[in-house]
Amino acid sequence: MAGKTLYDKIWDAHVVHREPDGTILLYVDRHLLHEVTSAQAFEGLRVAGRSPWRIDTALAVPDHNVPTIDRARGISDPVSRVQVEALDRNCAEFGITEFSMNDIRQGIVHVIGPEQGATLPGMIVVCGDSHTSTHGAFGALAFGIGTSEVEHVLATQCLIQKKSGNMRVSIDGELGPGVTAKDMVLAIIGTIGVAGGTGQTFEFTGDAIRALSMEARMTVCNMSVEGGARAGLIAVDEKTVEYVCGRPLAPRGRLWDRALVAWGDLKSDDDAVFDKTVHIDAATIKPQVTWGTSPELVVPVDAQVPDPADEKDPVKREWMQRALQYMDLRPGVAITDIALDKVFIGSCTNARIEDLRAAAGVVRGRKVARNLKLALVVPGSGLIKQQAEDEGLDRVFKEAGFEWRDAGCSMCLGMNADHLQPGERCASTSNRNFEGRQGQGGRTHLVSPAMAAAAAIAGHFVDVRDLN
Amino acid sequence: MEKFEKVTGVVLPLDRSNVDTDSIIPKQFLKSIRRTGFGPNLFDAWRYLDQGEPDRDNSGRPLNPDFVLNDPRYREATILLARDNFGCGSSREHAVWALQDYGFRATIAPSFADIFYNNCFKNGILPIVLDTVVVDKLFGEVDASTGYALKIDLAAQTVATPTGETFEFDVDEFRRHCLLNGLDDISLTLQHADAIRAFEERHRGEAPWLFPNE
Repeated sequence: MAGKTLYDKIWDAHVVHREPDGTILLYVDRHLLHEVTSAQAFEGLRVAGRSPWRIDTALAVPDHNVPTIDRARGISDPVSRVQVEALDRNCAEFGITEFSMNDIRQGIVHVIGPEQGATLPGMIVVCGDSHTSTHGAFGALAFGIGTSEVEHVLATQCLIQKKSGNMRVSIDGELGPGVTAKDMVLAIIGTIGVAGGTGQTFEFTGDAIRALSMEARMTVCNMSVEGGARAGLIAVDEKTVEYVCGRPLAPRGRLWDRALVAWGDLKSDDDAVFDKTVHIDAATIKPQVTWGTSPELVVPVDAQVPDPADEKDPVKREWMQRALQYMDLRPGVAITDIALDKVFIGSCTNARIEDLRAAAGVVRGRKVARNLKLALVVPGSGLIKQQAEDEGLDRVFKEAGFEWRDAGCSMCLGMNADHLQPGERCASTSNRNFEGRQGQGGRTHLVSPAMAAAAAIAGHFVDVRDLN
Repeated sequence: MEKFEKVTGVVLPLDRSNVDTDSIIPKQFLKSIRRTGFGPNLFDAWRYLDQGEPDRDNSGRPLNPDFVLNDPRYREATILLARDNFGCGSSREHAVWALQDYGFRATIAPSFADIFYNNCFKNGILPIVLDTVVVDKLFGEVDASTGYALKIDLAAQTVATPTGETFEFDVDEFRRHCLLNGLDDISLTLQHADAIRAFEERHRGEAPWLFPNE
C-alpha cells in the first residue's frame, strides 16, 4: 500500500464518523473567531438553546473592523462598533477567550494564532475566514469555513467534510536575491491559475520551501486559497519546532516532549502518492506585480502589461479585457511605468516582523515620493508593533513619511476607515486585488513588502533588485 | 433549512469567470449581524451606479442599465448561470445569504470555489456543476429566448431545458439527502454525540497537549 501524505495523516487522525458516501465528521482542535463571521453563529446557538461543545479550543479577536488610529476613542463608525461589541458580548456570554481591541495581544487572527502558540502542528484549525490556510505553515490542516460551519463547530466541535485531493507544489532550487515568499506564491498562482487548486489541498515542498523562515512559509500558505485550495500544508521541521517552543499556548515540560515525538511524523511518506504535482524552479522567479483584478493576473516587475489579444481562450480573454478596463491600464505598458497613489504594507499575508524589517530595510534613509497621497504600515498584531518599535522600525517608516498604525486587517479589505477612493491606485502587500477590494473603484497591485516599500519611495513600481 | 426538491425558474446569465465573493456582496455590507436583508445589495458595485452603504434605502439608487441583474428579461430569475470558479475568494457566507435573499434557489457553473460551494448547501441553495460545453450551450439558449427557464430535479439529479433536453449532475448523497429533507446539520451531528465523546477520549490519549485545561 502506498504511503500517506501529510494531509492524509492529519485527516485520518481526526475522523469521528464516516457516512456511506464518504462524508466525514471531522474533529476540530482549534477554532479561531473574529467579529465579521461569528455574530450570526452565536445567535444561532442562542435561538436553538445550544451551548458550545468545548470553549477551550476557541480564541476570538476583533480585527476586520477595528480602527488603526485613535483607538482609545473607540470605533466611530456605529455599524462597525455594533459588530465588535457583539463579539465582546458573545465571548463574555459563552465564556470564550477574547483579545479585545485594546489588548496588546490583539491583531489579525491569522497572525496572533501562531504568535500565541494557539496554532500547533498536527491540529485541525478552522476560522470563518478563507485565509485560515495561513496556519498550514505549521503542518496543521487549516481552512476557512462559512458562518453556518462556525455555528456547527461551536455546537459540536466537528465539521461535516469531504476529503479533498492531494496536490504537491514543489519549489525546487534557490530563490534569487531580492525575491521573497510573496513573489513565490504569486508566481505559483500565476502558473496554476486561481482555480488550479480547487478541490485540492496543497502541500508545498522542495528546497526553496525548506529554506524559508516560518513567517515566510505563512505568507505562502496564506495565499493557498488564492490558488483555489482551501488549505496548504508544509511539513514540520526544526524551524517549526523552534518557532512554536515557548509560545504562551504551546505545551511545556512532559507534554512538550510527547508532542515533539508525534510531530516528528508530520511529513508525507516517501512513497506517498499525490493526485497532482507541479514543479517550479525557484531560480526563475522574479519579483512579481499583479496587473489585473485576480491574483492570477500577475507578471514579473520587468515585464509589460499583457495583451488580451494574445489569449486564445475567449472566456479568459474577456476576463483580461474587463480587468484592464477596471485597472485603467493598456497592454504593453511597462510595469515600472505604473504610478501609484497609495501604498499599503500590512495584512495576514505580510504584516509580521520580518515583513516590516524587509520594508524598513528598503525605506531606511529615503523619503516617500511626493506623488503618493498615503503610505501606510499596519503591523499584524500589537505585539509585533511593540517589537518593531523596540527595533526602531517605526522611526524608519515615520521619518520616510509613512504612517505607523495600530494592528488590524485595515486596508486589505477596507472595512474600517482605511480604504481607497474610486480610481486610486495602490501597491499592496495584501492577498486580493479583486474589484473594489480595498475600496469601491480602487485599483490594487499585489507585491511583496520590499517591492511595496521601493514603490513608495519611487512613486511607481521599481525592481527592488536594482536598489543598492 | 428550506427543502429543495424541484425548482423551475427563469435563468439569469452572468457571463463572467472567476466571480469573487467580494463582488457578490461588497465588504461594507458584512458589518450586519443578521442573516437577512442582503438581497438589495447583491452585486452592489456592478448593479448600481453610486456607492452603496449599509442600512441605506436602496430603492431610489441609480441602476446600472448594462448589468444583467437590471435587465427586465431576468427580473423573475431564480437560477443563476455562471462561469468557472464562481464564488472564489473570501469565505463570507453573506454571499450566499445575498443570493438567497434576492430569490435565487440554484446556481449552475462549470466549477465553484470550495468554501462557497459548501456554504450554498447550508442555506438551501443548490450549486450544480455542469460541463463547460453544456454551460456554453445554456448561455447561448438563454440569450436567444426571453423567459428561458430550466427545470431542476434534485431527486433525479437532472436539469431540463424548455425543449426537454436533460443533463445529469453529480451531488454527494449526504448533501442531497439533507437538501431534499431540509435537515439541520447540527441536529444530525449531535446524533453522533457519543461518537464525538469517544473520539475525544482517544484523541486525548494520543495528543494530551491538545487538552491542556483538563
